[in-house]
Amino acid sequence: MDGSGNITDARAQAALAAYDGPPDYRVVGQHGIYPKVSHDEIERFNFLAQMNRFLAGKVMPGVKTAFDKRVAPTFKAEHSRDFKDRHEVRKALAKDPYWQLWSALRRSTMETRQQAGRWVTLRQREELVERAAALIGADSDRLVLDPDLKLPRYVEAIDHHCMPGSYHTEYGPGDVANAANYDCGLFATTGGMLGRFNDGGGQAVARWVKKNLPDFKPKRILDIGCGLGHNVLPIAQAYPDAEVVAVDVGAPMLRYGLARAQSLGVKNVTFVQANVESLPQFADGSFDWVQSTMFLHETSYASMQRIFKESYRLLAPGGIVAHVEQPQYAATMPLFEQAMRDWDAFYNAEPFWTKMHECDLDAWLVAAGFAKESLIHGGVTAVVDKSVFPDAAEDDGEDYGRKAAWHVVGARKEVK
Amino acid sequence: MSVQLALSAASAKPTGKRPRFLENWETERLLTITMALATELSVTRQRLDTLERLLAAKGVVARDEVETFTPTKAEAAERGLWQQEFLTRILRVVQQEAEAINATDDSSENIADELAR
Repeated sequence: MDGSGNITDARAQAALAAYDGPPDYRVVGQHGIYPKVSHDEIERFNFLAQMNRFLAGKVMPGVKTAFDKRVAPTFKAEHSRDFKDRHEVRKALAKDPYWQLWSALRRSTMETRQQAGRWVTLRQREELVERAAALIGADSDRLVLDPDLKLPRYVEAIDHHCMPGSYHTEYGPGDVANAANYDCGLFATTGGMLGRFNDGGGQAVARWVKKNLPDFKPKRILDIGCGLGHNVLPIAQAYPDAEVVAVDVGAPMLRYGLARAQSLGVKNVTFVQANVESLPQFADGSFDWVQSTMFLHETSYASMQRIFKESYRLLAPGGIVAHVEQPQYAATMPLFEQAMRDWDAFYNAEPFWTKMHECDLDAWLVAAGFAKESLIHGGVTAVVDKSVFPDAAEDDGEDYGRKAAWHVVGARKEVK
Repeated sequence: MSVQLALSAASAKPTGKRPRFLENWETERLLTITMALATELSVTRQRLDTLERLLAAKGVVARDEVETFTPTKAEAAERGLWQQEFLTRILRVVQQEAEAINATDDSSENIADELAR
């Protein structure tokens, strides 16, 4: 410290060497429709990012210790057998005071994150409406809304991840508030793991496809359950000559998504409000690639089967479908891990998460028409600027279901 | 006014029945409020840090001066008083619980009955 306010080199080096944690929120990309975030609002998100990391790194390991030392032995003593499935593990864990403490803290952190994001976005709701409209400007033909759309039950049933109003609620004409909330708070939940524009997942998908399917040159790409489009933009950027259609049920997401794309200079995406189980506005074989990124776990069995069939219909011969999700609950995955991964299903309003992760996606893809030999499997981790953001690929930690490391499950439609 | 919407709706409950984790809801409620306060404490601490850095950068107050600050006896008295006042405020419930041990309080219901006799 030299008294000028600038810390000395030695002190800076020491701080940088000692620090292992999320970057400051101010590295998050402030695209054109990003809500204005005050100093204190930023620090609230910084705290929440640190809190989530603390819970994952410092508190959660204690849950495993409690499981090994007392939950599992107690169950075995009482039942004279081991656990038979993850639900038994979860119910036994739920009686343990340390699990209870970790869970109470994790839930309240999510609620605080939602409150923080809602405060930021609701207080400037009208301004965001105007900013979105200005960014969309004369390109409103790339926003196709359907005010009469009937919400699927899976959206209507619960506010996913404790986000009041979910993806679809509009607080007034032209509203984008909940999309802005989702966008500005994602850093807090992921500790920066998704990178500057929260698009590390989409970047990973684009990179994976380029690497694994080098001959694949899609002309039309459909992104289903696009939300605010943060994962589809990297795909649109990776294939700038492709025509990209991004579909979601939430009008605020789509308006925000287009405004966001405009400000980032991505011009080849059209945002469409529809239920992706049935897209009659698009002809058979009219897409080369159907993509979903962290979407299936917020649907339902009935809708998933319809979505798979509809994707098959929409794909041109040689086209691919790819779904990016956390890994399925394979028999090889320890029951403790499965139970921990189920936490968000039961305690963070992601009810279908548990069901989706136990189903046989391969069989369902085959039932939808894809040839078994054409099935695609892969693994991806978020692609981020490693000089600034934490790299999930190099992180040995585990946040059961929240780490930015996913599986790709898909198929390629036969060329007949 | 958006700020009125934020005041009324920022803390809205998401749909879906809220799970409870601790054996006792009163304790969980308290934990939740405490963690919200911890968030705000962190925000305030960071704001103070921002101010200190800006003051130092402008040469108004060097950060070392903050670290080596030694109050005079009178200043220390003022600061000590503030801390005592603060403790008195936030631990109100503790003081009142102690006073209640020796109190011979009657309930408002009984006093009301007495006053209506």
